[in-house]
Amino acid sequence: MSPAPHPLAPDARAVGSRDLAWLIGSLILVAAPHALRAPWWLSALTLCLFAWRFWYALNRAPLPSRWLVIGVAAVGMLGVWMEYRTLFGRGPGIILLVLFAGLKLLETRTHRDAALAAFLGFFLIITNFLYTQSIPTAGLMGAALFALTVTLLGLSAPHRSPRANLRTAGLLLAHAAPAALVLFLLFPRVQGPLWGLPQDAYAGMTGLSESMSPGNLSSLAQSDAIAFRAEFRGETPPHAQRYWRGPVLWDFDGRTWTMIPVLLRDFVPPAGGRQYRYDVVLEAHNRPWLFALETAASLPEGARMTRDGQVLASSPVRTRIRYEIASAVAPDADAQEDPRLLARARRLPVESNPRAAALAAEWRAASASDGEILARAIAFLRAGRYGYTLEPPPLGAHPVDDFLFNTKEGFCEHFSSAFAFLMRAAGLPARVVTGYQGGELNSVDSIITVRQSDAHAWAEVFLAGRGWVRVDPTAAAVPGRVEVGMARAVPQTAALPLMMRERLEWLRGMRDRWEALAHQWNVWVLGYNPERQRDLMNLVGIRDADWRSLTATLFTVLGVMTLLLLAWSLGRLARPDPVQRAWRAFCRKLAARGIERASYEGPRDYASRAARALPASRRAILRIGAQYIRLRYGSQASRPGVARLRRMVRELRLT
Amino acid sequence: MIGAFLDRRPRLANWIYGFTPPERGVVVLVHRRVYIVPARLGLMFAATLLLLLVGSINYAISLGFALTFLLAGLGLVGMVHTARNLARIAISAGRAEPVFAGEAAQFRLYLDGRATHDRPAVLARHVASGSQMVVDVPAAAAAEVVLAVPATRRGWLPLGRVMLETRFPLGLFRAWSYVEPEARCLVYPKPDRVPLPPPSLESETGGARSPTPGNDDFAGLRGYQPADSPRHVAWKAVARSEELLTKQFTGEAAAELWLDWRLLPTGSVEQRLSVLTGWVLAAERRGLRYGVRLPGVEIPPGRGDAHSAAALQALALYEAPGASRAP
Repeated sequence: MSPAPHPLAPDARAVGSRDLAWLIGSLILVAAPHALRAPWWLSALTLCLFAWRFWYALNRAPLPSRWLVIGVAAVGMLGVWMEYRTLFGRGPGIILLVLFAGLKLLETRTHRDAALAAFLGFFLIITNFLYTQSIPTAGLMGAALFALTVTLLGLSAPHRSPRANLRTAGLLLAHAAPAALVLFLLFPRVQGPLWGLPQDAYAGMTGLSESMSPGNLSSLAQSDAIAFRAEFRGETPPHAQRYWRGPVLWDFDGRTWTMIPVLLRDFVPPAGGRQYRYDVVLEAHNRPWLFALETAASLPEGARMTRDGQVLASSPVRTRIRYEIASAVAPDADAQEDPRLLARARRLPVESNPRAAALAAEWRAASASDGEILARAIAFLRAGRYGYTLEPPPLGAHPVDDFLFNTKEGFCEHFSSAFAFLMRAAGLPARVVTGYQGGELNSVDSIITVRQSDAHAWAEVFLAGRGWVRVDPTAAAVPGRVEVGMARAVPQTAALPLMMRERLEWLRGMRDRWEALAHQWNVWVLGYNPERQRDLMNLVGIRDADWRSLTATLFTVLGVMTLLLLAWSLGRLARPDPVQRAWRAFCRKLAARGIERASYEGPRDYASRAARALPASRRAILRIGAQYIRLRYGSQASRPGVARLRRMVRELRLT
Repeated sequence: MIGAFLDRRPRLANWIYGFTPPERGVVVLVHRRVYIVPARLGLMFAATLLLLLVGSINYAISLGFALTFLLAGLGLVGMVHTARNLARIAISAGRAEPVFAGEAAQFRLYLDGRATHDRPAVLARHVASGSQMVVDVPAAAAAEVVLAVPATRRGWLPLGRVMLETRFPLGLFRAWSYVEPEARCLVYPKPDRVPLPPPSLESETGGARSPTPGNDDFAGLRGYQPADSPRHVAWKAVARSEELLTKQFTGEAAAELWLDWRLLPTGSVEQRLSVLTGWVLAAERRGLRYGVRLPGVEIPPGRGDAHSAAALQALALYEAPGASRAP
């Protein structure tokens, strides 16, 4: 006899509209964050595909022909190509994947097709994490995962009530969570990447760059994004001393300052100064530099130091990393510098910014020492009534002249650039340092959060006998910037990020709490790496864990957990119902007094025997026996009745 | 196929499947009897997991790891839950009404959940015939499965091996088990429609034409007695009076009729039994009193459902292979 079609085989079962609705709903949840990044017409097209498929389900119409689906796919791919000029790379690739999820639905007929679409949904979840792994994203994707689980359940049991499926999905995920936790902690982690990543894999990471020209820092400063967080052990330095050193810029072409090729030096910790130790959790910024308070007094593992005092990691920072570092604030002077570098620090383009150059030459002629020139320059900036603004006016062919004498409004990049130019024109070696200044102290966990909006630029001047001296021309012109932070230095009407506005104090309190949580999330969840794994294994007593001991531990723990689950499924771990539990407690109490229940003894006989043996508690024992019989064998067991039995057993005192 | 191989080696099959057929009474599927393998969908799920893991490693996505591991845990848990959906289920067989050869025997199985959780989408499949049915077994209650098994030959038809299968909850694993509950169905010979033989005149009453109640002519109504055939209840009269009344008939045909093996001198055993079966049905339809004579078996004349059942059973089991096994 030929075998009949298998009714449980997924390719033999049509998908019902209920399960399709769940599938579409979960795919929408998964794809929703991508809508923020995709061109609008693609999101609309995908939504149309979903709606189209659901219309078919409601009308029980046959699905469109394969050629129509291929046609829509071709149109979609053409659109993606027009938008991105490529079909590969992270952005277009993910957009195409979302589009294909919609197309896959159009040929979803059976349980199997729907399950594969759900698997595609799992894959789409992870594509969201390529952009952000914040707590809200994790929450949304958790909801999507739950919905996809319910979808798979619905496919397996089409006639079951959705409520029961919701409950089972919760149960399954609750059972899966411990295994997931163990795998997360113990699965041997390999440091990626395994192969080359697409060109645009790290697009959209913000941060300082290798150069500085008027306008690029002020646009960075309008971002609320976090650059890094620092947690000090012990005292926290005051706001005005928190200069986080980043790229040092040497070369100036009249408008733009750029770095010179990296010159490493052997690390020698600075002497003197106030020492601070702290941990930094640095966001990915796709550049190798690490940020440290000036001046770094120790280096994180694997990091190096350049001649101009910048700390570099061995490779670009492409994931959030954590490092421990120490700094000395205001250390003893180090007056040594290579004469060739000093020469480079005096170089200026010819015939640029003639008015400023003339002013500097004037100072040079009138001053007896380098220190006096410096003092004149600072006095000039103080007296100049310069404005500090995030929206500086555009500058002409001689930007320094334009800023110093015409517009008189600028951001720190204008001040530092103009100042360094003036110093060089006066014959002093000078360079521009970019980095961050200040950072906000969280009132909840005392962690300093430094945002892109704290980006700053200052200057360093080389003075004979004192070495490189930090001069912050912005602080000279606009003292508030460095003392209290940018929020008070810039007028309230300016385009400050919302959170930096002063008046929203209550909002900041809430945000402090939220960010303390986000920090823990970053450190413990997102920052879990091979190093932390080793720390954890050390903690449980396994020294120098390698992948073998990790695997062994992993399988042991997973095996025990599976056995426990199996025991649960066998009903071995089932708790007896409350009535039975109360009765057993009663029997234990009596047994402690030497009256053990015989296996053949029913509750009535047992209670009356016990009552005869303990006449003092006779009434209570008989009442418990009667109540148990009523609950166990009576027609209805009420909740208050059970509670009464438990109370009576609890209060039974056998004297 | 392994199935065919095992069919030829019943003792090996018994050892592997963990029971010796047939199983009397209520069969409880202990865990040992539940087998589980990944379904094809499960393999695709594993492939998806592998992709997710590689992606997580390559891009160093912490939450990607978390997702991958949560899904891996879900797969593991799904396996245990799939086995749980079948394990400790209690199977008992119900009564199967006799059928005629050529029809399908309707075997009833009761799947008792015996658990606080329900067991959705359990497939019961009759291995030999491929007859199958999917039921949702509710919590702490039983679900009925009807398996239609073609009855080709008269005699006792044993149920044979039944496979229970489930893929709930996630469809990633396929758990199954074999049971062979003690259940059988009586299969009457295939009836042959030939005219009834004339009433025998050799009866001891001597062919008396008495006004005994017969089936031919309507003679009036009397009060209903529980033994009366529903066919003779005067339903129209019931509708009028709300009192059950039985139609009475008189007629010559009330005479006794012997359906005798010896009346059929030709044909094979099966053909003769078919003719006799047809006669029993025709006689019963006409309300005659009839007896059946087979070599070595004699059913004395009588009438009614119990009588015809006895007569048909005698015909079904006449020299039948499974007849020696008493019910």
